[in-house]
Parts: sequence; C-alpha cells; structure tokens
Amino acid sequence: MYKYDEYDQAMVEARVAEFSDQVRRRLAGEITEDQFKPLRLMNGLYLQLHAYMLRVAVPYGTLDSRQMRMLAHIARKYDRDYGHFTTRQNIQYNWIKLEDAPAILADLASVEMHAIQTSGNCIRNISSDQFAGAAADEITDPRPWAELLRQWSSFHPEFSYLPRKFKIAVIAAEEDRAAMRLHDIGIQIVEKDGAHGAAFYVGGGMGRTPMIAPLIKDFVPLDDLLSYTEACLRVYNRYGRRDNIYKARIKILVHEIGADEYRRQVEEEFAHVKTLGIDPPRAEFDRIAAQFAPPPLDVSAPDDVDRSDPDFAVWLDQNVAAHKVPGHAIVTISLKPVGGIPGDASSAQIDLMADLAETYSHDELRVTHAQNIVLPHVRKADLHTIWQKLDEAGLATPNLDLISDIIACPGLDYCSLANARSIPVAQKIATRFADLGRQKELGELKLKISGCINACGHHHAGHIGILGVDRKGTENYQLLLGGSGAEDVSLGAITGPGFDEDGIVDAIERVTDKYLSERAEGERFVDTFRRVGMAPFKEAIYG
Amino acid sequence: MKLLTGNDLKTGAVTWWTGSDWSIHIEDAADVGEQGEAILHAEEGARRVNAPYIIAGEMTPDGPRPAHIKDRIRALGPTVRPDLTLKPADPTAGDWVI
Repeated sequence: MYKYDEYDQAMVEARVAEFSDQVRRRLAGEITEDQFKPLRLMNGLYLQLHAYMLRVAVPYGTLDSRQMRMLAHIARKYDRDYGHFTTRQNIQYNWIKLEDAPAILADLASVEMHAIQTSGNCIRNISSDQFAGAAADEITDPRPWAELLRQWSSFHPEFSYLPRKFKIAVIAAEEDRAAMRLHDIGIQIVEKDGAHGAAFYVGGGMGRTPMIAPLIKDFVPLDDLLSYTEACLRVYNRYGRRDNIYKARIKILVHEIGADEYRRQVEEEFAHVKTLGIDPPRAEFDRIAAQFAPPPLDVSAPDDVDRSDPDFAVWLDQNVAAHKVPGHAIVTISLKPVGGIPGDASSAQIDLMADLAETYSHDELRVTHAQNIVLPHVRKADLHTIWQKLDEAGLATPNLDLISDIIACPGLDYCSLANARSIPVAQKIATRFADLGRQKELGELKLKISGCINACGHHHAGHIGILGVDRKGTENYQLLLGGSGAEDVSLGAITGPGFDEDGIVDAIERVTDKYLSERAEGERFVDTFRRVGMAPFKEAIYG
Repeated sequence: MKLLTGNDLKTGAVTWWTGSDWSIHIEDAADVGEQGEAILHAEEGARRVNAPYIIAGEMTPDGPRPAHIKDRIRALGPTVRPDLTLKPADPTAGDWVI
C-alpha cells in the first residue's frame, strides 16, 4: 500500500490547519455561509437534511487496518456509531457537528487520510478495481497508476475549478468491476505487442444525461499517461459548458463535438503538453509502484477448502473469488443484510473488518463501488474462521451480485438533493426476495436505486434500475431494465409509468417472474432482456 | 400556514422558528405568515442558522406539520432509523411523516 511521503503529509496537515481556522471564523460569525460553503465543500463537508455530512476519501478504495479503525473511531466519537460506504468507494458520516470537523480531519491526517476533493468541481477520488493486485484476470495492478493520478490531481491548480466535477477510474482487467466506461475518463491498462499501455475512454457518466464513454485512444504508452490525461482535461477545461450546469460535464462536450473532433483536439493538446515534461521519471513511478508490491503469499498454501459446513459452503460459493496466487482467495463482505441499509456498517463491524484484515488479509481492505468491503489476500485455510467471525457480527450474508445485493444511495432519508427515498425500497425488495434459494435461482442480478436524477445509486447501470422522482409531492419510482456497469456496459431503458413504493416491489417481482419464464440455458437476467427486448417485460408489468 | 426552517450553524440540526427563537421540535414552530422574509433576513444576519427558508405547513391536532415530504422527514429524522429520530422511544412518532 502507498505510504505518504513528507510532501503528502505536509499537504494534508496544512489543509487541516487552514480549515480549522476557517471553521473558527465561521463559528465566530466572521464569515457568512455563502463565504464558508465553498471552503467546507473543498473539505468534503456538506450540509444535508439532518446535519452536516462528511465524505472521507478512500483512494481507489484501498485501506489498511489502521485506517479502517480510524473510520470506526470517527463513527463512534463524532457521529452516531456508524458510517455509510458509498458508490465512489468512499465513506460518509451523516451526523457531523461543524465544531468537530477540524478534529476529525486531524484524526484522519494522523493515518494518512483526508476529505479533500470529495466535493466541488475538481478531480474527485480516483476509483479502481476492488480486486486490484489480487485478481486472477488482471494484467497488472492498476493502483500505482491510480496513485500517480491522485498525486497529480491533488490541488492541481489548473483543474481545481473545472466546469463540473470530474471522475476517473483505472482498471487493468478485462472484467470491469469499476464501471470504468461510466466515468468522465475511464483508463484501462492493456497489453499490446508485449508492452503495457492505457486505453482512454472519455465522456462517460450517469446523472441526468447518462452516456457510455467512447474510446478516444486505444493505446497510450504508460510513460505518457499523465500528459495524455492532462490533455484530455485541458480540452474539457477550455470548452466545457460553464454556462449551463446541466451541460457542463465532459460527456456533453464529447457528445456535442463528437469523439473524432474531441480526439483531434486532445492529440493537438497532447503534442504541446508532452513538451512540458509533466510525466514523472520512470524511477519515481517505480518508487510508487514498489509500495504496491504483492504481499508475501505462500504459493504452497493448501488449495482445498473443507465444505462440510453447508452454510459456509453457500457463502464460499457466493462471496469468495479466485485469487491470482494458489491457496488464496478474495473475500467480499456483504454490507447488504436482508432488511438492512445498503453500505452502512457500525463502528463495531468496521473494527471487526479491520481486525480480520490485519490477521488474515495482509492488513488490506478495499471498499467496492457496490458498497461492500473486500479482504483481498486471504489464505483458503482461513476462510472458515473468517466466515464464522463475520457471521457472528451479521456480516456473512451470502448474496454478492444477487438481487438483494442492492446499490442504493442515501436518498430522501438523508440527502438534500433527493426526491424520493431509496433505502426503504431496497429494504422491501431484499425482504421480498429474502429466500436465498430464490435469489440463487435468479442468478446474477444487479439492482441499483437512486433517489434522484443525479444517479448516485447508479440506476442507469443496473440490470434492474430504480429512479425515485417527486410527482406532485409524492414519491414515485421509475423502473429501468437492461443496464450494466461492467465490461458489457449498457444503459437501462425506462419501462413506462412509475409506481408507488409497494408497486415498484410488485413490478420487480413480475419482471423476475417473466425472466424465469423466458430465459434460455445459462442466461443471466440481462442476457435474456437483451435477447427478448422490452416488450414481454412491459406486458408482464403493465398487462 | 408558513413555517421558517433552517439548519443550526454549529450542529447542522434541523431547526424551526418559534416566533422568538429557534427550536429543533416542529411542534414549537410558529406560523410566520407574511413576516417570513423579514424574519429570515434578520436571522441570516444573526448567523446562527444556515440557509433558512420558508415552507408551506399545516396545523394539525398534534401541532404544525410541513406540507412536503422532504421537510416532514427533516422534522423528525430518517424514516429508516427510528432510533436516530427526535423521538426514538415512540414507535408511532413517524406515522405522520410518510
């Protein structure tokens, strides 16, 4: 894992001191809310429905146990004993007091964490594959490149006031576990003629106007990665629509001028940027990469697992993935107990996950964009013990990628932008489909719920998506089918008129029943939808 | 009726204008009538409350209630965590919110 050098630490500590003074001035009445708001947002401090909300960055979703314990400490000391893991691989606290914010940021800085650039029209937390460094299908660990981008984008003076927020994802596997093409820039490390390079997809995103990023460059030499990224940003910064907030994202620019013209301008800019020498010397990259060296895993560790405990075997089959090193596995801890709140974890649960990481996973954890937690480097021989400890803490729900593994934004229960509640809908759906046999019969089915058009719950990318809207002061839910955030990326289509809270649950049951009656051998829900189209599902839903 | 609401500067807690001060309890809220804008501007100057705004409300036998669901949720707390609302010991406290 990357460890701060003296520059990283100094930058974060300087920001803590600066923000502490800004908070003091605000509490003393020396500055107005209009003056203070952009300052607090630069430090991840929002004002939501019930209180201040602090969003803490988890760079590319990677944490060690010391950092995880600090997240638990903050939940316990400053919040209401829980945190909410987000679809940006971050964590949010919902009940923060303004006067506590400086102390929280100081606590975070003590473990090399911060909340910088988790809001505002800047480059946000770089996201990545939660299985990075462990996945059997990756060609390299993408995180050194994500870290390089983190350092480059932190306090970047040219890109601190972009037309709108900007999100970058980096992956290095064919399987896209990071919704890469639904980012402003999606970077996939690829191999060509024995060399690694970066494929650049630019102009994707969800929100009001969902778009899949087109391929802009199929192979950028990795030594040019920063220069090419800078060129992509510069063209956007120059021509992005600052006059209209709804058209200010890069996806609109790329769509309006076309991928070919955008590519031409990027290439022109790149030719100039390349002369500036912003790409680091290879030795500096190697210094960063060395900190992501694989942990010392025992390749002779036993590969067999005792499956005699049936409940353990169910969890093993659903929540444990192949590791690149024999005798090891990747564990995904579901934060989606039936009837629970997707992504929420108590301080005790966060502490437990930190303990498990320290003891069994070479001190590493990951936050997934699907609001779960990963132990990336686990010996197969330890899986049963881990499962037992998770089960005791209510963290062993064996539902990864099943219909109850629902992504849901905080919705109108917490968020000031939301139009409808997301969490109660997720709870009702998970409860309706609580029977695990039924869930497994449905197979992989990614259900995603947003409480407003901003799409923090990724509803466009759900095999089944739900969008909450406000219809004359009443919550109403639109149903979308056929989306995907994976390598088979697609955008869901709206089925028709929306439903009330109970009606949307019934509609989903009719959709899944239709899938079961229509599916061919081996088809997932989304495969069947793509084959048969919307019509039979609409017929099943609306008659 | 019209209600004046905002979030407390220090805690961020939802707060309601009572006619002379601010309260976290919706039951204490006063009808600001046509005086809302004037009170709002005066209170903004006092800088105790963030982003105050005026909403439509209605008087019920149990006291004033916001008209819109968003402010009803603000008035009590998240519907999915009754234990974190202003009335965690009362299982019926949220019956009027949704």
